[in-house]
Amino acid sequence: MKDRLLSMIETMVLIRSTENRLAKLFADGEIPGFIHLSIGQEAVAAGVMSALGPQDTITTTHRGHGHVIAKGIGLDRFFREVMGRANGICAGRGGSMHVADMSVGVLGANGIVGAGIPIALGSALAHKVRKTSAIAATFFGDGAQAEGVLYESLNLSSLWGLPLLFVCENNGWSEFSPTSRQFAGTIEGLARAFGLNYTRVDGNDVEAVALETENAAMSLRAGGNPHVLECMTVRVRGHFEGDPQKYRDPGELAGLEASDPIARAAEKVRALPKGDSDLRAIEERVASRIEDAVRNAREDRLPDFRQAIGDVYTTRREG
Amino acid sequence: MAETRFGKAINLALVECMEGDPSIILLGEDIGQAEGSFKVTRGLLKKFGPERVLDTPISEAAIVGAAVGAAMSGLKPVVEIMFMDFITLAMDALVNQASKARFMFGGQCSVPIVVRTPHGGGLNAGPQHSQCLEAWLAHVPGLKVVCPSTPSDAYHLFKASVADPDPVIFVENKALYAVSGELNPGEIPQDIGRARTVRAGNDVTVVSYGAAVHTVLAAAQILQLEGISAEVIDLRSLQPWDEKTVFGSVARTHRLVIVHEAVKSFGVGAEIAARVAEDAFDELDAPIVRIGAPFMPVPFGRSLEEQYIPAAAAVVAGVRKTLS
Repeated sequence: MKDRLLSMIETMVLIRSTENRLAKLFADGEIPGFIHLSIGQEAVAAGVMSALGPQDTITTTHRGHGHVIAKGIGLDRFFREVMGRANGICAGRGGSMHVADMSVGVLGANGIVGAGIPIALGSALAHKVRKTSAIAATFFGDGAQAEGVLYESLNLSSLWGLPLLFVCENNGWSEFSPTSRQFAGTIEGLARAFGLNYTRVDGNDVEAVALETENAAMSLRAGGNPHVLECMTVRVRGHFEGDPQKYRDPGELAGLEASDPIARAAEKVRALPKGDSDLRAIEERVASRIEDAVRNAREDRLPDFRQAIGDVYTTRREG
Repeated sequence: MAETRFGKAINLALVECMEGDPSIILLGEDIGQAEGSFKVTRGLLKKFGPERVLDTPISEAAIVGAAVGAAMSGLKPVVEIMFMDFITLAMDALVNQASKARFMFGGQCSVPIVVRTPHGGGLNAGPQHSQCLEAWLAHVPGLKVVCPSTPSDAYHLFKASVADPDPVIFVENKALYAVSGELNPGEIPQDIGRARTVRAGNDVTVVSYGAAVHTVLAAAQILQLEGISAEVIDLRSLQPWDEKTVFGSVARTHRLVIVHEAVKSFGVGAEIAARVAEDAFDELDAPIVRIGAPFMPVPFGRSLEEQYIPAAAAVVAGVRKTLS
């Protein structure tokens, strides 16, 4: 029990510290492009992934660092990728929004809202056709509720009885607009309309997320209906790093400490014997791993352009 | 030797591919019970069962998106998009996902999907069921685009498309479904990207693909009567296209006409003309001529559609222009 909680805390701390480090690197100009942070939402990634195995596959979003880290991507190759280096997991061609690691079942973060959903649908279909016990999970935000491909995928998953877990991270924001102004329905209503199972969970309670995912995954592996897990959470940072969030009421962000998923989980551990020292050890381990990864990324070479252009096709016959 | 219809040739190729590789599944609207709008998947549900031949709802975005995910998870999906016009609804999966996954993920995966789709007019199917949109797809790095003109090429190129590890759009002209021919009449395409010289000639090179190849051959016969010898090249695949064969022919004939059913502006012909003008300008004795549909939607009415689709007479006129 304590071991499991500690392990999920370590995952959350790893995600939080990684993203804090990314924010600093981005501000210092060491990360090109733009990045979207999931600070405050780590319990969804850590909780869901604690109930998935290496054979299970996921797709995620532009705000996907937490999911790929929790699924087990090597931190070294993650940092190298986000910093645009040759030995990044995607050879420096994808960056923050397109991190993928097929070896641990990450079929890609995605720059297109909702686009990962049908990809996970197809992965779930493959698991079923190949008669494995694996399941697929697709992470999407509440902003994706307005995308039509979500409805197509809910419908198909239900028709075909696929082992697919839809994880809606509901942080209340669709990029720069409150979702209340963007979406007239509810994901629960959609799930019920298509005959899927549905659970809503406090997405900042990592143990609750883990428990609900375990139940859903068990049912999916036994051939149950596809499942929608709605995780209520909070987006602490802007849509992208550097977003001044002028569209947000300053009061909304005050008092967030009380709902912080890491603080809440740590509180439980502190009450246990040796809790404080366990937490300190986690902080130290994570900090050292991140500093190693950043150093290695900085030392890595830049990607080779000719190698990049040679990878557009697997095979190609030139005329 | 027995003749096989174009649609049946693809059906045979599908059967042989599926028999040889259990990871191949079919996805599409009405392809199972109803055996496909043009009956290309006839008998396949019965032969391979509902686990491998999946009737989908009318959800093009999810179908092609799912094919991408299934391909990343060990299957080889073959998708039918009922009319090429409907591919607009699946463009995210093709343009942002399938085409880019290999590159964007650093070569970690390929996306071995084949999307079969019929294009072209001739059925009075109107503006939303007749378009030739292949140039859009040929414009996207990471996609391959194949468009056969004969049953034999359809059979062999379909097999090559399934064997190909990258996403292939396999375009079938609706007017060809009724065309018959032998399946092994000599030169057989082993892979994608090799053109076929259908007819040797000395005076002008006419490059085409798909159903327009037959229009060009009819024009070549008319021209022959006038003593003009046209070399006819069937590209067979548009991305990649066989530059070597086209350039080699132009170097001998010094004149180039490009013919396709798709709208002329910004089409496949524009790319070929530009490349030849860039790299073989000195070989040309006359301006390049492009023949394609006018810049308008495909009209419904029979008399309108007949004027819309480039006819042999237009090809003859185009060739004469290069020789005048």
